[in-house]
Amino acid sequence: MLKVLVITILCNLIFLSNHSLAKGVYLEPKEFLEQAFTNNPPKLKKLWITKELKAQIKSLLGYDIHVVRLRYWDNGEKTAWILEEIGRDKPITTGVVVKNEKIEQLNVLIFRESRGWEVKYPFFTDQFKQAILTEKNQLSKKIDGISGATLSVYALTKVAKLALFLNTHIKIK
Amino acid sequence: MFYKKKLFLMLSTIFICASAQAATPDADQMWKMIQQQQLVIDELKKKLEKTDQKVEVTEKKVEETALEVEAATDAMVAQTSSSGGGWFDKTNIGGYGEMHYNSKDDGNDEVDFHRFVLYFGHEFTDSIRFFSELEIEHSLAGEGKPGEVELEQAWIEMDITDNHRLRAGLDIIPVGIINYTHEPHTFYGVERPEVEKRIIPATWWEAGIGLNGELAPGLNYDVVLHSGLETTSNIRSGRQKVAQANADHPAITTRLRYTGTPGLEVGGSFQYQSDITAGQTTESNSATLFEGHIIYDHSSGLGVKALYARWDLDDELQAGRDDSEQWGYYVEPQYRFPLSFVPGELGVFARWSELDYANNKEEERIGFGLNYWPTDRVAFKFDFTNTDDKDANTSSKTLNLGLGYTF
Repeated sequence: MLKVLVITILCNLIFLSNHSLAKGVYLEPKEFLEQAFTNNPPKLKKLWITKELKAQIKSLLGYDIHVVRLRYWDNGEKTAWILEEIGRDKPITTGVVVKNEKIEQLNVLIFRESRGWEVKYPFFTDQFKQAILTEKNQLSKKIDGISGATLSVYALTKVAKLALFLNTHIKIK
Repeated sequence: MFYKKKLFLMLSTIFICASAQAATPDADQMWKMIQQQQLVIDELKKKLEKTDQKVEVTEKKVEETALEVEAATDAMVAQTSSSGGGWFDKTNIGGYGEMHYNSKDDGNDEVDFHRFVLYFGHEFTDSIRFFSELEIEHSLAGEGKPGEVELEQAWIEMDITDNHRLRAGLDIIPVGIINYTHEPHTFYGVERPEVEKRIIPATWWEAGIGLNGELAPGLNYDVVLHSGLETTSNIRSGRQKVAQANADHPAITTRLRYTGTPGLEVGGSFQYQSDITAGQTTESNSATLFEGHIIYDHSSGLGVKALYARWDLDDELQAGRDDSEQWGYYVEPQYRFPLSFVPGELGVFARWSELDYANNKEEERIGFGLNYWPTDRVAFKFDFTNTDDKDANTSSKTLNLGLGYTF
């Protein structure tokens, strides 16, 4: 019995290792931008994180962000943001497109955690579409969680809120 | 008189013309002026070019400074966080704890710091990691003391592919709801559901080796070959806790879990052990465990949990006992909502459970209660449960208060 199980596990290992997928990267940032701007992405812009902006972001996320600038792309019609937020242990790189103050699309680009990977699938990320940021800095749509992926869900929710907030910030500026 | 006027007019005209001729520069003067102006223009051009160059240099310096500041900030963050440089760069610490107050109708009230747990995890490489869970139960451990120090997890996991992993070591058995996710802020009720204590002996860990991963989007699996139970009395006391444990009679556990719809989890586990007495009786007694559960949390705050688990043994654990079939289930509707007058969220729940375990131990439990989360990972709890012992035809009531945290 034991021998059969060990052989089965080894066979599975061989089978599975022959069906590997690209590790961690689900959508290259370049590809994300091409999708977002229909193959014509605008020039990269940089948003300087001033003291005032840093304080506003802290009140939104609950902690200080440790960057001097944030990169974004703006073609006048919509903006795209590539942001990182730690899920359980490692940063999840996420792309967010904002149009008319609403999330047009949200994609997990690089997922480095060892659990909670369900958040990369459209069945989860599609929930963010059309969400806006309310006056209380909350998403206008309730996001259904995923059992066993709670921290990844929190991370993507924070990224969505940050992208909406930054989009409003640059439009007002 | 007329000639005098004419002469005056002529002289005035000559004077005006002469004056006009003296004010207009000639061609040479004009050329000199143009040359002087050209010199000024050239000088201004040079100055403009220099200014442009300076602006460019300044921009480059600003960019370089920004990059240096970002790098320095990253380094500072790395040095001051658990994900910093050195061995601690890849080492994580976490934990949870829960304190309970139990008031029973027999008058034996009790307060207990039930669990104090620390997690330690380490990433050897991007694809090889370690995780452990060390627990002090009931606050005070040692001979004659009520508590225990227990190693509940200590395993190594290796990524085989992006979607499949190999895990070996001392690990939680993949069965049920509470056994895998038992941090106090994740469930209602001060004490864990009785079905997941008597039928699924949570927290249940064994030594083993297995695979886990994802077969399709949202469809997860586990297959584990592990050390088994050793019991001739009841399921819960059969846990050997990987402490010089009998390894002659391993068990295999498989689990399938679907989380492909946000808010929904549907899972089921199956376990087989060739002899649950692990050689303690002359006849081997094979045992199978089946468990199925569903969790649904709707974004409105409404949710439900339901679980059914059942043991089928070849024979009684001891001759003459009625314990070859043991089963239990619970259904738990719940509603969680944000509070407007204080920070945080409140949740209310009810739980109905029935179980048949050990020797003629049939119980029906009905309870309700609430959780208050001032923040996501801190929970204050209250619950009340009525238990009917169907065999003894008695009932008892318990009121519990608790607090729990996870970090």
